[in-house]
Amino acid sequence: MKPAPFHLETPQSLEECVALLAEHGDEAKILAGGQSLVPLMNLRLAQPSVLLDIGGLKALNFVEENEQSFRIGAITRLRDLERDANFAKSQPLLAEALPHIGHTQIRNRTTVGGSIAHADPAAELPAVLLACGGTVKAVGPNGERKISADNFFHSYFSTDLEEDEAIAEIELPRWKPACGWSIQEISRRHGDFALIGIACCVTCDDEGVVTDANAAFFGVGEAPHLVESASSLVGTKADDETLHQVAEATAAELDPPTDIHVSAEYRKHVGGVLARRALSIAYQRATGNIT
Amino acid sequence: MTYTSSIGIRVNGEVVEREVEDRLTLADFLRNELRLTGTHLGCEQGSCGACTVLVDGSAIRSCLTFASQLNGAEVTTVEGLASEEDLHPLQSAFLRNDALQCGFCTPGFLLTAAEILSETNDLDEGTIREAISGNICRCTGYQGIIDAIVEVARSGSER
Repeated sequence: MKPAPFHLETPQSLEECVALLAEHGDEAKILAGGQSLVPLMNLRLAQPSVLLDIGGLKALNFVEENEQSFRIGAITRLRDLERDANFAKSQPLLAEALPHIGHTQIRNRTTVGGSIAHADPAAELPAVLLACGGTVKAVGPNGERKISADNFFHSYFSTDLEEDEAIAEIELPRWKPACGWSIQEISRRHGDFALIGIACCVTCDDEGVVTDANAAFFGVGEAPHLVESASSLVGTKADDETLHQVAEATAAELDPPTDIHVSAEYRKHVGGVLARRALSIAYQRATGNIT
Repeated sequence: MTYTSSIGIRVNGEVVEREVEDRLTLADFLRNELRLTGTHLGCEQGSCGACTVLVDGSAIRSCLTFASQLNGAEVTTVEGLASEEDLHPLQSAFLRNDALQCGFCTPGFLLTAAEILSETNDLDEGTIREAISGNICRCTGYQGIIDAIVEVARSGSER
């Protein structure tokens, strides 16, 4: 058999899951969709002795919008979001990210909380959460706490979650009509991990002047990275000259690694190109010039 | 120490009740316990798509799911596609379009295609290409596979 032996537990609530995490410590891993964890287990790069299967916890499978916020339960599967025609209207950036994530068979199992907790620096969802200014709601032995995305992702596969905490849901701000978006990425083949990618939101006033711009890169280092360069769009109409300057500033700001796939220089260059492309599309969407 | 779980699942319409080791993947369960060797294992890490089966109608990687997680689930493998008399329309279309050479990847492609056709017949070539992008064919026979799926979609015989 491929994975090392483990004991599968099926907690009936997140509270029970957290109690089991506290009991087993770092021997235990939470199993949600399993699309990142099980490959690691099959390769024996991960050998947890206890798996806590929360895939059946219906209370964590929801999408809820109210006047303040938009919440998605931790075990909501990506394919369910993809099939929900209203979702693309409510959260267009996240919706546009979905087809980039693995393949249909993967998205049939992958959960929102699992992708966030796994925190692969080349993954799309952490960058989307960061670009949108989202938060993670975690549950631990002492109750709940909310962690903003910019404090959540620490390093490679490492987050602000304590050993005995689990993600209950993620929260995104409600989408504003004046906000445009784009996600762009370069990967070797469709569905592969991004060599580099960007998720961004641009908000405009009635005159078409940018009031807010956020851009988060993935595949550029140890964690998704919110670039400062995007803020120089604020106060402009995202004209060619400004976009050019933002692209150059982005390439200068990024400090990506060289790996077996591509060099750091390639990533910096393409990062600038993607910033220009994504911010331009987001601006045009914000001003209603394209949909 | 060996940990086991009791599961009751339905495989190709038949109820199966077994005690399985917790770490047994669905793919190994189908192949080694049930002798349903039509489900093929290529990479065993979720990259190749050869082991794709339907679980409650959704195409999934059976190498990335444990049998012990699936109590109560309904599983369809390639053995469940054809009836006793007739091949499934997709299987017939694969034959007509030379959509297979060695056949190793074929079960995964068939079940991936079965899922997308169960949702809609309104499929163009681009949509199909994207939908089967999670399945790898080592004989590079993709065009025949796409033609076969287009043919079934157009005939509407899957709905």
